[in-house]
Amino acid sequence: MFKAVVTVMLKKSVLDPQGAAVERALKSMGHSGIGSVRIGKSIEILLDGRDEAEAEARVGDWADQLLANPVMETYAVAVEKLK
Amino acid sequence: MCGNAGPWLEHGLTQEEYDRIVKLMKREPNYEELSLFGVMWSEHCSYKNSRAQLKKFPTRGPQVLQGPGENAGVVAVGDGLGVAFKMESHNHPSAIEPYQGAATGVGGIIRDIFAMGARPIASLNSLRFGRLDDNRTRRLLSGVAAGIAGYGNCLGIPTVAGEVYFHPAYQGNPLVNAMCVGLVDEKKIFKGSATGVGNIVMVVGARTGRDGIKGASFASEELSDSDPDKRPNVQVGDPFMEKLLLEATLEILERNLVIGLQDLGAAGLTSSGSEMAGRAGNGLYIDISKVPLREEGLAPWEIMLSESQERMLLVVDPAKVEEIRKIFDKWDLVASAIGEVTGDGHFTVRRGDEVLASVPAGLLTDQAPVNIRPQREPAYFQEKKKADFSRLLNCGDWADLLKKLLASPNICSRRWIYEQYDHMVGLNTVLRPGGDAAVLRLPGSRRGLALSCDCNSRYVYLDPRRGGAIAVAEAARNVACTGARPLALTNCLNFGNPENPEIYWQFVQATDGLAEAALALDTPVTGGNVSFYNEYNGQPIPPTPTIGLVGLLEDVEKRVSSEFKAAGDLVYVLGQSREELGAGEAHWLLTGRDEGQVPEIDLKEARRLNDFLVEAAAGAYLRSAHDCAEGGLAVALAESCLIGGFGLEARWRTDISTAAALFGESQSRVIVSVAPGNRAVFENLLSSREICHVHLGLVTDFDFCLEINGESLNIPVAELAAPYNESLARMVKPPMNEDAAL
Amino acid sequence: MSRRVSAAVIVFPGSNCDRDCARGWEAATGQAADFVWHKDGAMPDYDVVIIPGGFSFGDYLRCGAIARFSPIMNEVLRLARRGSRIIGICNGFQILTEARLLPGALLRNRDLLFICRDIYLRVENARSDFTAGYRPGQVIRYPIAHGEGGFTVSPAGLKKLQDEDRVVLRYCDPEGRVAPDSAPNGSLDNIAGLINEEGNILGLMPHPERLSESILGGDDGRIMFQSIFEAAVGAGGLN
Repeated sequence: MFKAVVTVMLKKSVLDPQGAAVERALKSMGHSGIGSVRIGKSIEILLDGRDEAEAEARVGDWADQLLANPVMETYAVAVEKLK
Repeated sequence: MCGNAGPWLEHGLTQEEYDRIVKLMKREPNYEELSLFGVMWSEHCSYKNSRAQLKKFPTRGPQVLQGPGENAGVVAVGDGLGVAFKMESHNHPSAIEPYQGAATGVGGIIRDIFAMGARPIASLNSLRFGRLDDNRTRRLLSGVAAGIAGYGNCLGIPTVAGEVYFHPAYQGNPLVNAMCVGLVDEKKIFKGSATGVGNIVMVVGARTGRDGIKGASFASEELSDSDPDKRPNVQVGDPFMEKLLLEATLEILERNLVIGLQDLGAAGLTSSGSEMAGRAGNGLYIDISKVPLREEGLAPWEIMLSESQERMLLVVDPAKVEEIRKIFDKWDLVASAIGEVTGDGHFTVRRGDEVLASVPAGLLTDQAPVNIRPQREPAYFQEKKKADFSRLLNCGDWADLLKKLLASPNICSRRWIYEQYDHMVGLNTVLRPGGDAAVLRLPGSRRGLALSCDCNSRYVYLDPRRGGAIAVAEAARNVACTGARPLALTNCLNFGNPENPEIYWQFVQATDGLAEAALALDTPVTGGNVSFYNEYNGQPIPPTPTIGLVGLLEDVEKRVSSEFKAAGDLVYVLGQSREELGAGEAHWLLTGRDEGQVPEIDLKEARRLNDFLVEAAAGAYLRSAHDCAEGGLAVALAESCLIGGFGLEARWRTDISTAAALFGESQSRVIVSVAPGNRAVFENLLSSREICHVHLGLVTDFDFCLEINGESLNIPVAELAAPYNESLARMVKPPMNEDAAL
Repeated sequence: MSRRVSAAVIVFPGSNCDRDCARGWEAATGQAADFVWHKDGAMPDYDVVIIPGGFSFGDYLRCGAIARFSPIMNEVLRLARRGSRIIGICNGFQILTEARLLPGALLRNRDLLFICRDIYLRVENARSDFTAGYRPGQVIRYPIAHGEGGFTVSPAGLKKLQDEDRVVLRYCDPEGRVAPDSAPNGSLDNIAGLINEEGNILGLMPHPERLSESILGGDDGRIMFQSIFEAAVGAGGLN
């Protein structure tokens, strides 16, 4: 069994009003040294597979088809083997 | 106490209650049985502290098809249609997690409506928060509004009306009361009754998890800072699941596949199962091993008490089980047979063949003690009748005060809130939010439905009896302003801890007033909800008996809205204006004090005015009608002007002070405008129906010009509109709205 | 020429403007529309297909992302190719962009709030099958009701839409001025509605069906349905 984590983020070129609001909030709370805040989502999938590479490839396909919208989003996949 | 804590304590029962259980059962209950009593005899489920007072309400009338005791009340609206409606509180969950608390409150009341066989057509809500200049309040308001929107919008049920007030006394304990209204064929009203021994009990919809366990007992305790462990798991709503459950349930009802059904709400399978059995005088067993679970390892009592959302309990003919399963399957939902109706009168919990608990159903549902608590008139009741109004009387700059009132949290436009709600979906909303009451057209009929929620809790606090009556009278007047005849009401009675004699006194007085007004205005009570223990660190909320009222328009084309329509129309104030500055919003704004005599309410006069409004609307004499409420005549006139985009030229010589004429909150008053051509017929109707009135002047295309006893206010309408329209958004999110982002 | 136009409203789990769309269509054209369930693998050759608003599949993951994989979407694609007129309203627009039948994507509203209110639109292209009943530049009033209506597309995609005159509706103020703050949701270039290259698919966030009868407060929306109807009649029906 593998655990894949797909992190989906808005493209850098796309305005992220949620991230901007959180950034303003953190700064208004007095926290300093903040560059920028972006908000995305994290999708955990438990799946069977031959090895990490095969699992990652499959999840990558799913991300292309469904989990992310390439018009506005990018994604990254990280896979770990579960004991 | 420590050495000999009884088994009842863990279940929130008293020793007296435990002794009563042993006597009624003629044996000691086991752990599972005691946990059933713990929730069923909680205030939330048993109404043990309110039942005796609720008996005072008038509940009958030719319009009533279903009174209290079912999932919702139903009134007849003609053409073979009934309207099912009910209001419920979700105060404590919303205090802890505003988005989910409000969302699941909306979800629960919607299920109550479709459990009657009705298709929900509208939602309303009544909200109370602390000071709006406080960050926590802003977070609560943003979260609650987003939660109501997130749930209702997804379901496609328009949220068409509501009310919100801000007062420091709600700081730690906000109120979220949700109301839903549905349409049902009057021959196909369903009941939550487990009839027919041998019939199958099914649970449908979502799977059961550890959500909100002991929510019912949680709702029956005060909130405080000290005991976070007592709090149940937050219930998370899934409006998509509810939408599927709604459609699937209406489909099985349409095909006559169901005998009885009920929402699974507070105390889950325990309360729904025992109530359905109790209503039918039957028994019923539930086999917990057949309940579909979302997670493993739930204890039997957790399964029985889980408040997982989006579930319903059905009682069906064994021959129909397969067909029902197929329909739920089409909607990708689970439907499981989990028990059977029995003839032994017992509510029984089994795991396979093992009996875990077995209690006569009636003991759980009807035998909770009925408490009539000691009551005591609080000292403030007499003390606060006296008030010094000199700041208001000598205010001097009336125009400035009017602008400040229009921008104040309790009066300004609620647009920032209701524009987050889809209030149009369904294509029935023909008077949108922002006026006195919403109006919906009834599909397949000429008629329309008017809906309003109301309660001025400052009045109720200062004079619970009069304030309770005023809440009903104002809700009825709001509905009558649209031209609708008030039909019936539901309520949500939000109070502090009833074990405090002064709170119980408020409760008795307020329900007295409510009962008197409901009777006098011919608006029977068809159901409702009591929410006690609304306190935070020992500080009770002001008594807040919220009224939700439905009215019927014979011809929806003749509906009347609150804004002025045309320059040259004549403007009147109907009803008697008195020297009444007590308990007013203007006095509060200037002094921050809740005090003074609550305005008088003459229920006969109120009824006469409602009847007149209905008659005048039916005759198409009214171009607009707007209730005079918080902020009095000046605010009502300004609202009619700025919503319509018109000015006013009005002059009034009166015996009362200028302050009272402008800002006094005398009851049973309405601002109307009338086309000049209808003047004679309208004035004849006024005199023949003995309606006290003053002709104030004209609607114009220019400024807001109002002269009282020679003192005049001349204000460009834009200067009134801007503070009114923009102030709530500005107050909610300065300088940012971090919560909407999360 | 036949005055009969066949129309279907697609129903996904979570659609909630399906009945409203059928009602609006009927109010405008006098003809009833059929409902088609999303799991249906085949449907007749309808002249007009309406993909209604709502929260298909709860709008989980992304608005419209799951609905585009429903079996019926293959049929929508088939009908689009044969020239039927397809209109996606609100969630229907989101589904069409997810299905790549229209370019771009819909982002969360600028102010992060769901917005339900009447807004003004300028008719930028009155030659389309969907807007031919309006005058060029006409200012019309439709309601919006969405939380994710901010249109976005790549700079190249935007230029293509502009060059090909495919932006048919822009958010404007009551006087018809198109300024950034007259787009309630922060939509790129104030885009409220656009068509595909062939001109037979329209996606728009505002709801024409909600102002299709005067009792609802206006009837600017019925002209859109009538335009579609006349275009279908003019095409001689496809059947």
